[in-house]
Amino acid sequence: MTEHESPSPGAEQSVPAGIAHLELKAFLVLLLVVALAGGFGLYVMVARGVFEDTQRLVLLADDSEGVVVGADLTFAGFPIGRVSRIELAPDGLARLVIDVTRQDAHWLRTSSVFTMERGMVGEVRIRAFSGVLSDPPLPPDAQRPVLRGDTSAEIPRLVATTRALLDNLERMTGMNSSLNTALSNLGTASQRLTGPYGLLGGVLGSDEQASKVIDALDGTNSLLLRSGALLDESRSVLARADQRVLGAEGVVDQAQAALGQMNLVLMDARASLRAVDAVLAEAQAVAVNARLASTDLDVLRAELDASLRKLGYLVDEINRKWPLARDTGIRVP
Amino acid sequence: MVHGSRLLLLPSAWALAGWQLLGSVWRLMHFCALILVVAFTPATYSQANRSLLARHVHAAVWEVLPWFTALSALLSLVLIRVVLVSAQSYGLSSYALEMVVRVLVLELIPLAAAMFVALRGGLVLPTLMPGQAASLAFWREELVPRLLAGVLAVLALALVSSAVALVQAYLMVHGPSPWGLPRYTRTVGHVFSPAVFLGFAFKTLLFSLAVSLVPMAASLELQARRRGLDAAAPGMVRLFLVLLQIEAASLAIKYI
Repeated sequence: MTEHESPSPGAEQSVPAGIAHLELKAFLVLLLVVALAGGFGLYVMVARGVFEDTQRLVLLADDSEGVVVGADLTFAGFPIGRVSRIELAPDGLARLVIDVTRQDAHWLRTSSVFTMERGMVGEVRIRAFSGVLSDPPLPPDAQRPVLRGDTSAEIPRLVATTRALLDNLERMTGMNSSLNTALSNLGTASQRLTGPYGLLGGVLGSDEQASKVIDALDGTNSLLLRSGALLDESRSVLARADQRVLGAEGVVDQAQAALGQMNLVLMDARASLRAVDAVLAEAQAVAVNARLASTDLDVLRAELDASLRKLGYLVDEINRKWPLARDTGIRVP
Repeated sequence: MVHGSRLLLLPSAWALAGWQLLGSVWRLMHFCALILVVAFTPATYSQANRSLLARHVHAAVWEVLPWFTALSALLSLVLIRVVLVSAQSYGLSSYALEMVVRVLVLELIPLAAAMFVALRGGLVLPTLMPGQAASLAFWREELVPRLLAGVLAVLALALVSSAVALVQAYLMVHGPSPWGLPRYTRTVGHVFSPAVFLGFAFKTLLFSLAVSLVPMAASLELQARRRGLDAAAPGMVRLFLVLLQIEAASLAIKYI
């Protein structure tokens, strides 16, 4: 490369000269590129939340599969934070460090619940639910467990259940399955239902049995007819008995007359009993007199006893004063 | 016998081709280093050279920016509509916006801008006089303005088309209402993680440099060998190979 400064012959050929405001236009292009590049960088930084004031929230999960740095934390569908770091804690739990914007942090309360859902399509969704908004706000650097709901994890269980269901269905629809047997029995039963004995043949299992039942029914019918005749005879007997018992000069009338005579006898008996009662009253008066007489006899007896005692005392006095009197008293030495 | 002799000659022919490829890559790297040194030298930007640079920028960017933007907007509109309708029919409309941003802004628009600038062919050098390629004035007046114009063209076309595509995507999803802006901004932020953003910027810059440097290096190399004036075709092949490698490397780093 030599150092001569003469303009090269091809320099002026490729670019047309004589353009108005050439340098201004070139400057505008340069300015546009710089402004767009700077503006786009600034917009991306704003979009990434570089200038947002945030507080930290740590969610503890047993599995962080599917969570990526930059994933949103949403509340009622609105993104209020994003995952800034994912790390493995010493206790084996996954720590999802989330930057929550200060202006939206008031939606998170101490009672808030966090869930991590993995759908069939898209990345894992981390959601916050605050049931009681009057609870104290969630402090910065709080640690909360995250509940995991995994749709794809349910698929193996669903497949296993479906397979079991299909196996059952296959067993049910097999040649020797109970369902097939039941259906064939049903077919036999319906065939019998359409036979000469209809439902009776289907219920009893064969036409012979059904014919027996019909014979039995015929016998019952004739028995019922005979019972009707018997009942008619009984009714005539009862009518005659009714005539004898309740008719004129029947048993009831005679019993009523007997009762009237019985009533007269009873009235006579009552008068006799009254006479007996008067006799008894007189006997009672006699007894009272006898009791009074026995009372006087007691007084008389008492006086007699006193006279006898006085007589005994008199005899004793005579004995003491008599010369052959003995000393009968007991003296104490 | 002829075929047999060709077969016997194959290993030496492969070795020769490999040696030439290595030499070509080395010359390309050397040219890139030299021109970047010249481009970063303040003496390159004299008043006369600035005027030349302005002319190249005007020709490479100013003249094509409006209709390229219009064309890109039309294609973006079709693509966004297709993606949105498809996603809605599958019940995945919440992912449509993210997909649009990823496919259009991150991948298609930078590649389309680079291909457009390369295919426009304004970067092919005119026929050189003997010894002209060794002149510093030639590098300062011819090569550096072309390089910077090419870089600026790719950056400008990609950035403007990306911005238009982002606005179109917002309008197609949310309509003219401003209330979808926070959610949309969050989606864009979700797509442009730091690694993705740096990869996007680095890839676009590499595209712009490749579009400017590879055809110029190939053109100079061929003219130095005096192999004729059709210098565009081999430069284009190399350029497409380089663009393909950059895109493949970007995708591999981003998604593997």
